Amino acid sequence: MVVYTYYPGCTLKTQAARLDSYARVSARALGFELEEIDQWQCCGAVYPLGTDEVAAKLACVRALMAARDSGRPLVTLCSACHHVMKRVNHDMRMDKDMRAKVNNYLEDEGPYGGETEVLHYLEVLHKHLGFAKLKEMVVNPLSGRKIGAYYGCMLLRPSAVMEFDDPENPTLFENFLKALGAEQVVFPQRNECCGGYISLRERERSAEMAAKVADSAARHGAEELITACPLCLYNVNKTSGGKLPVVYFTELLAQALGVEAEEEEAAHVG
Amino acid sequence: MLGRTDLPNRLRVISGAKDKDCMKCGKCSASCPSYEKMDIRPHQFVSYLQRGDVDAMMNSTTVWACLCCYACIERCPRDVKPAQIIEAARLMLIRRQGDTPYVSADDIPELLDPDTPQQLLVSALRKYTK
Repeated sequence: MVVYTYYPGCTLKTQAARLDSYARVSARALGFELEEIDQWQCCGAVYPLGTDEVAAKLACVRALMAARDSGRPLVTLCSACHHVMKRVNHDMRMDKDMRAKVNNYLEDEGPYGGETEVLHYLEVLHKHLGFAKLKEMVVNPLSGRKIGAYYGCMLLRPSAVMEFDDPENPTLFENFLKALGAEQVVFPQRNECCGGYISLRERERSAEMAAKVADSAARHGAEELITACPLCLYNVNKTSGGKLPVVYFTELLAQALGVEAEEEEAAHVG
Repeated sequence: MLGRTDLPNRLRVISGAKDKDCMKCGKCSASCPSYEKMDIRPHQFVSYLQRGDVDAMMNSTTVWACLCCYACIERCPRDVKPAQIIEAARLMLIRRQGDTPYVSADDIPELLDPDTPQQLLVSALRKYTK
């Protein structure tokens, strides 16, 4: 069985436990295993944009080093973790000044130079397994379900660093849905902001922004949405009040692979 | 080292942005989902830096309205990175004040609900506090 080093992140241990557990049971059904990093630390959820923010990157660098030492790529699931991890790794590879400063902090543990390959779970399905192979392994095709893929911001932008997909016309999630047998619904707002962290204090603002996304999806015929981001899920579910349910993409994957029940057993035990 | 008085250049260093390359096409503001909530719009923010009016930038509603969705950075034809200029102004403000006028840690328990994801709290604390 292929093994990947895995960084779950804080939300996947709590509110977004389903994003994590469905991913794990699906991985086993697909022939790979996610091996969690020992004692990982929070990525910070937002990429530290200031050029003088060094310490805020250390948690990611430690995870990236653990992956390098394991000799395997580092797999992420949460959009925010993926964003921060991928960008910090890029800094460590490309930004000589930042690399030197971070390595000064990591005196005994370092040095690190961006050697790790960071992959989102969806990229594992696309690049390593292949959607054609995924399609063959589907036992419960999601036929007749009209599903919109809500990409949000973090996976796509800035595309020069994220290298996830075309930032304006992405197709990765749609091809994933196609492999699961669902009817994919492309809608204009799928790569726009849900309001992000503004929902902490200005809930009406995030409601407005998330409603734009949900309305756009509904107008184009979507009956449900998928996402990889716990904050997108929260903001859109809050505003649509369940009329247009948003679920994690791994949940649909587990349904299509027929391993959904295994997750529920695991969730009860854990 | 940059002196205390040279705020525009300090902001340039922290942001890593290239305000001088801006050709005023306005694509950043046209792309911005928070445009209407900003008293200084993204393309104007770049001009404020060119003029060196850092105080106005730090006191703007823009520093709280920007959500770092990176649409302006993605779509800028000159790689100016307007969101990084806004971020640097916010960082300079919260570093000076310690806590922010936008939200304080004491307000937070009241703002939670049973579904609040940890990601939301961590993001907000990173953005709004030192």
